[in-house]
Amino acid sequence: MNMIQALNAAMDLMLGRDPAVVVLGQDVGYFGGVFRVTDGLQRKHGQHRVLDTPISEGGIVAAAIGMAVNGLRPVAEIQFADYIYPAYDQIVSELARLRYRSAGAFAAPVTIRTPCGGGIRGGQTHSQSPEAIFAHVCGIKVVMPATPYDAKGLLIAAIEDDDPVIFLEPKRLYNGPFDGDPNKPAVPWSTHPGGEVPDGYYTVPIGRAEIVRPGAAVTIVSYGTMVHVAEAAARSLGVDAEIIDVRSIVPLDVETLAASVAKTGRCLIAHEATRFAGFGAELIATIQERCFFNLEAPIERVAGWDTPYPHAFEWEYFPGQARVVAALKRVLEGR
Amino acid sequence: MPRRSRLHVPRAPARPGEAPDFSYVRLSAAGAVARPDVGSPAADIENLSVELIRVLDDQHRAVGAWNPHLDVDTLQVGLRHMLLTRVFDDRMVRTQRQGKISFYMKSTGEEAVAVAAGLALRPNDMLFPSYRQQGLQFVRGARLVDLMCQLLSNTHDMCKGRQLPVMYHSVPGRLFSISGNLATQFPQAVGWAMAAAIKGEDDLAASWIGEGSSAEADFHHALLFASVYGAPVILNVVNNQWAISTFQGYAGGEQRSFAARGPAYGMPGLRVDGNDFLAVYAATAWAAERARKGAGATLIELVTYRAAAHSTSDDPTRYRPKEDYERWPLGDPVERLKQHLIAQGEWSEQRHAALSTELEQQVAAAWTEAASYGTLTEGPRLDRDLMFEDVFKELPGHLAEQREQLRRERG
Ligand SMILES: Cc1ncc(C[n+]2csc(CCOP(=O)(O)OP(=O)(O)O)c2C)c(N)n1
Repeated sequence: MNMIQALNAAMDLMLGRDPAVVVLGQDVGYFGGVFRVTDGLQRKHGQHRVLDTPISEGGIVAAAIGMAVNGLRPVAEIQFADYIYPAYDQIVSELARLRYRSAGAFAAPVTIRTPCGGGIRGGQTHSQSPEAIFAHVCGIKVVMPATPYDAKGLLIAAIEDDDPVIFLEPKRLYNGPFDGDPNKPAVPWSTHPGGEVPDGYYTVPIGRAEIVRPGAAVTIVSYGTMVHVAEAAARSLGVDAEIIDVRSIVPLDVETLAASVAKTGRCLIAHEATRFAGFGAELIATIQERCFFNLEAPIERVAGWDTPYPHAFEWEYFPGQARVVAALKRVLEGR
Repeated sequence: MPRRSRLHVPRAPARPGEAPDFSYVRLSAAGAVARPDVGSPAADIENLSVELIRVLDDQHRAVGAWNPHLDVDTLQVGLRHMLLTRVFDDRMVRTQRQGKISFYMKSTGEEAVAVAAGLALRPNDMLFPSYRQQGLQFVRGARLVDLMCQLLSNTHDMCKGRQLPVMYHSVPGRLFSISGNLATQFPQAVGWAMAAAIKGEDDLAASWIGEGSSAEADFHHALLFASVYGAPVILNVVNNQWAISTFQGYAGGEQRSFAARGPAYGMPGLRVDGNDFLAVYAATAWAAERARKGAGATLIELVTYRAAAHSTSDDPTRYRPKEDYERWPLGDPVERLKQHLIAQGEWSEQRHAALSTELEQQVAAAWTEAASYGTLTEGPRLDRDLMFEDVFKELPGHLAEQREQLRRERG
């Protein structure tokens, strides 16, 4: 099953299990979404459960908050993460703080799904990875799956969560795992164990990282598309890397990260988002607080450049295997 | 009366497999709508937001008070720009299909919206378009090769490879940089117009937004600021009925016209046949004269139809009837202007065919030149160092370092 089908299955299941669940967003109803993630849901669950909306991200999130306060569990789609900013005030000032400011009297269990990341020639307005600007806000959970299995389990967990969740979908992974080489033929999810998605209900708990590959020489901490790129880079270099998929950016599974780095003594962080004040900075700070005396080398960071995502230089911008390999070599040599 | 509240879900007039239905489009006969003085108080002319301003009648004559009485030269120039827009759009979609460009958006069926408005404004007026008014580029003298190089993100790209195709700009043409984020240009145009008023200049600003995008808060920011400050701005809502798969009812068009939002904010709202070159010209000229007189902003709704797919990534047969456009009651803007000229004895099918061929050759020649500066798949490429420039005016240290790192990475 690919990631689109896995996400669709999660919503289908939750719409069936819980009459409070509603899905809303631009083009999600009749059409089934520009990436087809909500395909067939309106036909099956009806027009009052799966709603097309006006092109108003602020309106979508605000309405979802109101619905949630009135007992529903809205799953809102923002068509591209790059278009979430008109909703930023509703997310930061309202959604994230409602529970806190009302001392628990009100809460809004809203899930906001949105495709993120580059690799589809989308230029600066269809490629962004804005996880850090949500991670910095207190009161919202932020997750990003790297496989269809996790996508389904995490989305179900997000919908059931009583706190708001920003659910970031690395769109380059929708149809298959991607190792960072755009010239290779596309690989379907059926070739990857993460493409095996059970029928029916299961959850992947929010707040838990996954050790994708155990190893001893270095810990690679990553999430989203970069998990696959980092894996391929380590393989090509023949390094016995322990690869961790963070999955849950907020809350962060510090224990899993710290235990791994304490063991390997070396750490590389890889994300697609821009580097400066990116989530990697938080990861580095946290890991060195916990593991300073275990570290054999400075923690390395691989990220997108601190520029908007340029249309013509997609693959020069994207932190591909070459950038990961160079950083891996540095962290392995120590300094 | 139902005994409890209910959720109204707007229903598209027709979906695939159903017969096209445009009974919801309120029409007025050509020439039927009165043309008030440009200084009229908004409250006195609210009817203009309900009726439909039309000039070209079914016999291809220009009739009524809104007839702008354009000379033949202007009409022929308009036809040429509209036909060029169409030929250019068709050719660029073919190049996208060949993998030479990554993406494209046509304006087929909406050519009059951009071309007539562009011709009715002065060269110094500042334009803030959306991605679907390429006609403005032609009116403002853009070179075909320059537009194509932007589409190609090649070595002569005005955006230096940073923008998706069609996100053009032109400083001499006074065309603002097009944004992929919907609706943002609308209130920016108002700010530009406020600055013109502050500086005591009589240039005005005009902006275009899709009816779907009018749902964004930025639309309301624009109307509010325009109204509060009486800004010299023309705010155009291009109601082409569809926003990707959602029809205009989802932007609020089921209850009232988009033009009606003008009077709601205290400015005139004109509802105009967007496929009628003369009506678009006349309405724009009316609003421009009003703005230059200090009487403030006007909202214009252009009623038209998006005849092509939303973009090269879209397949409209999934959400609307295939034959929808054939039944569209306002026809085709190119054909209507062509017939008007023919009816006056100032044009012919032969001249039209010859013009078509000439424009196709012009576009083909421009393509050959543009492609020689590089395409997605072959030829020279932009210098990748450029990607670090213009983030700031001066390159900061950390970007200089990243540029170095990329050079090492790529050898
Ligand atoms: C803020 C924002 N939200 C969503 C999108 C995605 N999107 C691009 S075009 C489009 C439809 C716009 O429809 P409309 O405004 O009617 O203009 P049209 O394409 O019909 O000319 C959408 C939803 C976007 N570009 N920006």
